[in-house]
Amino acid sequence: MSELRSAPVPELSPEDHLRGPDEAPLAIEYADFECPYCAALVARLAGSRLRRAFRHFPVRSSHPRAWAAACAAEAAGLQGCFWEMHDLLFADQARLEDPHLWERARTLGLDLERFDSDRRGDAVRARVRRDFESGVRAGVVTTPTVFAGGRMYTGQFDPAALA
Amino acid sequence: MSPGVLGPETPAPEFTLRRQDGSEFTRADLLGQTTVLVFYPFAFSPVCTDQLNLYDDVLEDLQSQGATLYGVSCDAAYSQTAFREQLGVRIEQLSDFEPKGETCRAFGVYHPGGFPQRALVIVGPDGVVKWSYEADSPSELPGANLIFDGLAAVAAGSEASGQSG
Repeated sequence: MSELRSAPVPELSPEDHLRGPDEAPLAIEYADFECPYCAALVARLAGSRLRRAFRHFPVRSSHPRAWAAACAAEAAGLQGCFWEMHDLLFADQARLEDPHLWERARTLGLDLERFDSDRRGDAVRARVRRDFESGVRAGVVTTPTVFAGGRMYTGQFDPAALA
Repeated sequence: MSPGVLGPETPAPEFTLRRQDGSEFTRADLLGQTTVLVFYPFAFSPVCTDQLNLYDDVLEDLQSQGATLYGVSCDAAYSQTAFREQLGVRIEQLSDFEPKGETCRAFGVYHPGGFPQRALVIVGPDGVVKWSYEADSPSELPGANLIFDGLAAVAAGSEASGQSG
């Protein structure tokens, strides 16, 4: 039996990356660091009052660096800098090759050696894959997809819808 | 709307599609394997692109369930080849170009707009449709989860259909 059969979008877990006030409406984003529509959404949500959870949905065949970028964000997260790396990745999607990832890690003052071994490690890959699979099971097909207020928003999401 | 995709326990009709090398792909090619036919409206339309990219990303999981996937559209084989190469997907494409839409009609998924409705059809090794799903509209993207649901239903010997409506 496959583990990719339909299931509702998972509740928040301690593993989730969260930002925004606890009492604000929750938006769970499935996104890909190489997806321009995701970058546009992230820019639009930056000024919104939402509690946001970020989950990885890297689509390998359309975005060759999506997995590397997702793993870099997780590796930065292991040093307490997930959101900082998230913001730096979305800020410059044309620069996602390894030297660009190292440059960001340096900017954030990360332990480079640890960052590099973590981002290539099985634990980080498995972490990204868990997010991806939870999205597949919840019916995510394209990025960005946002779950908020009991609805699934594909491609377009206006935070005013939850206000 | 199309007349509605063939439901479970319907024998797959006789049909002829073209592989990318121009050779024929017929009902006989369905026999002996579990086949997932992914009908999609147009090569290069943005929505199809996302759908096939995602299915390609879970292709190993689908194959481990014993399933072989094919994309089916009314585009010419040359267009499908270009589409597949541009996407970088491995899923083999089958063309229903001439007589246009004949196979799509036989499966009940031909849209009056001149393209296949977005639909998924699982055909068993015996050539009988085991499960099918038709999207409510061409803009609805059937998630990969539906294919896994369908394969699980088939494996369980269930007659449950994911057919909508």
